[in-house]
Amino acid sequence: MLTILILILPFLAALAMLLIGKKIAKQIALATGIVELLLTLAALYIFKQGDANGLLTLHNTGTGPLGASYSFAADGISLVMLLLTTVLLPLIVYASWTKTYKNAHAFFALLLMMVGSMIGAFTTTDALMFYVFYEFALIPIYFMCLVWGNGDNIAKTTLKFFLYTLFGSLFMLIALLYIYQSSGSFAFTDMYAAANAMSASEQGWLLAAFFVAFAVKIPVFPFHTWQPATYDSAPLAGTMLLAGIMLKMATYGLIRLVLPMLPEGVAEYGHWCIALCAISVVYASCMAIVQKRYRLLIAYSSIAHVGLLAAGILSGNVQGIQGGMVEMLSHGIIGVGLFFVYDILQSRLHHDEMQRMGGIREVNPEFAFLFFAIVMGSVALPATSGFVGEFLLLIGLYQYSAIAAGIAGLTVVLGAVYMLRSFQQIMLGASNHNTVHFAALTAHEKTVLYIIVALIIIIGVYPAPILELSNTSVENLLLGIR
Amino acid sequence: MKEILIISLLGIAVLAADIFKQRKLVFPIIILGLLANIACCIMDWGKNEVPFANNGGMLLFDNLALAFTMVISAISIFWFVVTSDYFSGDTSKRTDLYALVVFSICGAVVMASFSNMMMLFLGLEILSIPLYVLAASEKRNILSNEAGFKYFFLGSLASAIILFGIALIYGATGSFDLATIGTKAAMLGTSSTLMMAGITMIIAGFAFKISVAPFHLWAPDVYQGAPTTITAFMATIVKAAAFAALYKLFSGAFAGISQHFALTLAVMSAVTLVVANIIASVQVNSKRLLAYSSISHAGFMLGFVMLASQIQGKYLLFYVLAYSVASLTSFGVLQHISAVQMGDDSTNAFKGLVKRNPIMAGAMTLSLLSMAGIPPLSGFLAKYYVISGVLNGGYLWLVIIMILSSVVAMYYYLKLIIAMFTPIENAGRIVINRSQTIMYGVLSFLLIALFFGAGALEWITF
Repeated sequence: MLTILILILPFLAALAMLLIGKKIAKQIALATGIVELLLTLAALYIFKQGDANGLLTLHNTGTGPLGASYSFAADGISLVMLLLTTVLLPLIVYASWTKTYKNAHAFFALLLMMVGSMIGAFTTTDALMFYVFYEFALIPIYFMCLVWGNGDNIAKTTLKFFLYTLFGSLFMLIALLYIYQSSGSFAFTDMYAAANAMSASEQGWLLAAFFVAFAVKIPVFPFHTWQPATYDSAPLAGTMLLAGIMLKMATYGLIRLVLPMLPEGVAEYGHWCIALCAISVVYASCMAIVQKRYRLLIAYSSIAHVGLLAAGILSGNVQGIQGGMVEMLSHGIIGVGLFFVYDILQSRLHHDEMQRMGGIREVNPEFAFLFFAIVMGSVALPATSGFVGEFLLLIGLYQYSAIAAGIAGLTVVLGAVYMLRSFQQIMLGASNHNTVHFAALTAHEKTVLYIIVALIIIIGVYPAPILELSNTSVENLLLGIR
Repeated sequence: MKEILIISLLGIAVLAADIFKQRKLVFPIIILGLLANIACCIMDWGKNEVPFANNGGMLLFDNLALAFTMVISAISIFWFVVTSDYFSGDTSKRTDLYALVVFSICGAVVMASFSNMMMLFLGLEILSIPLYVLAASEKRNILSNEAGFKYFFLGSLASAIILFGIALIYGATGSFDLATIGTKAAMLGTSSTLMMAGITMIIAGFAFKISVAPFHLWAPDVYQGAPTTITAFMATIVKAAAFAALYKLFSGAFAGISQHFALTLAVMSAVTLVVANIIASVQVNSKRLLAYSSISHAGFMLGFVMLASQIQGKYLLFYVLAYSVASLTSFGVLQHISAVQMGDDSTNAFKGLVKRNPIMAGAMTLSLLSMAGIPPLSGFLAKYYVISGVLNGGYLWLVIIMILSSVVAMYYYLKLIIAMFTPIENAGRIVINRSQTIMYGVLSFLLIALFFGAGALEWITF
């Protein structure tokens, strides 16, 4: 019941906003975010207690369209994803608090609908419903980008984004239908059993279909070409949603669908996918190094980090998946943090070309400190959340293949190059006429940055609760595979 | 039987209202009549009524026929409300047009409920002849005249070919009765050339009526030239009726030998999807664009016909309903826009619609997304049903073409959506009357509700 409440609340809030709350749209959005976070914490508590009353699951089989059922359950993996979503939701809403959006009620209603559908994807236990939520999340973000985005080619960019991701996910639909033919039901457990019984080559084709679907959304080279332009032109909250939560639907899909469904396919052909991920890491890092604009740099750095994330998950061992869980959380928080830093720079300087910046540390040391903490998280310094995630991912990947780990591990080195260089260009050196009047942080900006930095450090120093949360579920998942 | 009687009497009542100068009553009478028709269908549900069983019994009101009759009536109600102001201008021709439309609906009902080849042909002609007139009903518009002309010539040719096919099948089996043809056909198999040629001709004739490639060339011209309201009617009711009839033939009379035609139909479906979607993506006229979109949906629906003996008719019905609701919405919105824009129906006419009339823009967006097959809208499930059916039938290549063409379709639907959300300078609001606003709300609601309510399909069989 609790899971359903968490799922439905954003939709209800969006509806309420459209009907009666036009004036207080962002207040409603923030309140929804906080309530969602509290509900998720309650769910975590219930989960720890063992959930004797079945508060976290709802099974209502056979009521949905065709074999689908309205079944939802939150296990450890889903709860980490819920935590990610509900921590970031209030943060993203609050981060765009001072922005004035035209028709704010429509904007925030779309935002909540998108979050709602992502929660649906994270909690459903039915593959068709997963597909439905996965697809539906595209609609709100498409309109957010189209109507509130900026840039000259916004229509073109969003069109490419939409068609590209739609094209990818249709392959997933084919794969799901193919498995459905022998499973006769879309429930995850039935799908697992049916797909496991298939031959290795069949599983290989299914893996290809799933991987294309997820690789577009993650994105993995060479399916990434929609991403930089979209991240660049989407409204700030939209970019944060895309980078922070939306792409995690795909990595979650890798954990929830691909690994348990196609163990032989992954064992036999997974190295192709991991190779693409490793290429993606190096390619995106190199692209990030040569970027002149900060927002594009963050976009490419995101590709690099999620490349490692996907590779680690596909290595299919406990460390890899557990590292993936922490990294998803960490990447979400750091990504939101970096885009928020970008917004602070953009709002004061009205550009984001790094060469024209410099010396902001002198003018505003507090901002420099907070920014540096986020950068440290991004380059995976020990005692930050980035370290825990990427370290575990690399251990997992190393067990799979030392070469792959060596190549994908370059993200740490190259990440340090572009992140520190950009920090140096923006913040260090002597201040110039552009940056000398860099205004002090407002209380609102400070709050957001401090929360983000605190989260990065808390998870980095004490990741045990999160690891424990997902540990049992991950082990169960792997047990099913063997 | 009540269903056909009600609609026939309705048509006469409309004409009578004109004679007795009660034109104001026409609209309410039609709506009430169609509602009564739906009620009759519900009352007759499951009875498998055969009217005049002792005198031949050329009709059969089984659940399939009743369900299609219900859907046709419901879509007609929506159509009458959405297009109500189109007819308000010239009251003198209003009743004529209304009467023609009602008679055409009568033909559609016959096509859903025939159990005899003669009734099929009668229904087809009752459906088509008023439509030839309707397509040319804008007397002073050269395009409308062209549309009527083309539609009449090619349509009557197609009817002739169907009639020839029926004659050949009569020659092979000695009967017009579907059940007799069914048993004879299963016995004959592919041995009878007459039978095979007859079925081929029926496929060709119907392919014309439902605008499936390579018999689709008339459709864009006629759809574009005919008044938009009539185009909406042709794209919804006519398709529904023609597919009901085709499905009935292939799941009943031709079931025994339909597998020999499955590949032909699959290729036709594939060609339709590829051709229609590629041509649609380069259209600048939104009416032509929607015409090609309608052709591509016929390609999808052909999947049900091809596997008629394996897929239950209710899924075809769901597709027809989902597609008709979306199609009606989009043609309705187009009609309102082009009326304001002095007949301009290029895609540019949609610019700034979200400001000019948010309700219409919302309904149009939903309908386009539904036709593209985005969950959670009914169009997704409709495509899902056909795709899973075709996959079960073992046509993986057709499924891949269907899915790829959905992506292409998304492209041109998004072009319209982008246009609607592009702001323009000094755009006046587009005003529509209250019943139409409500109707667009209802149609939008249906697009979403059908998705969530589709679980109910599992409770019924036909």
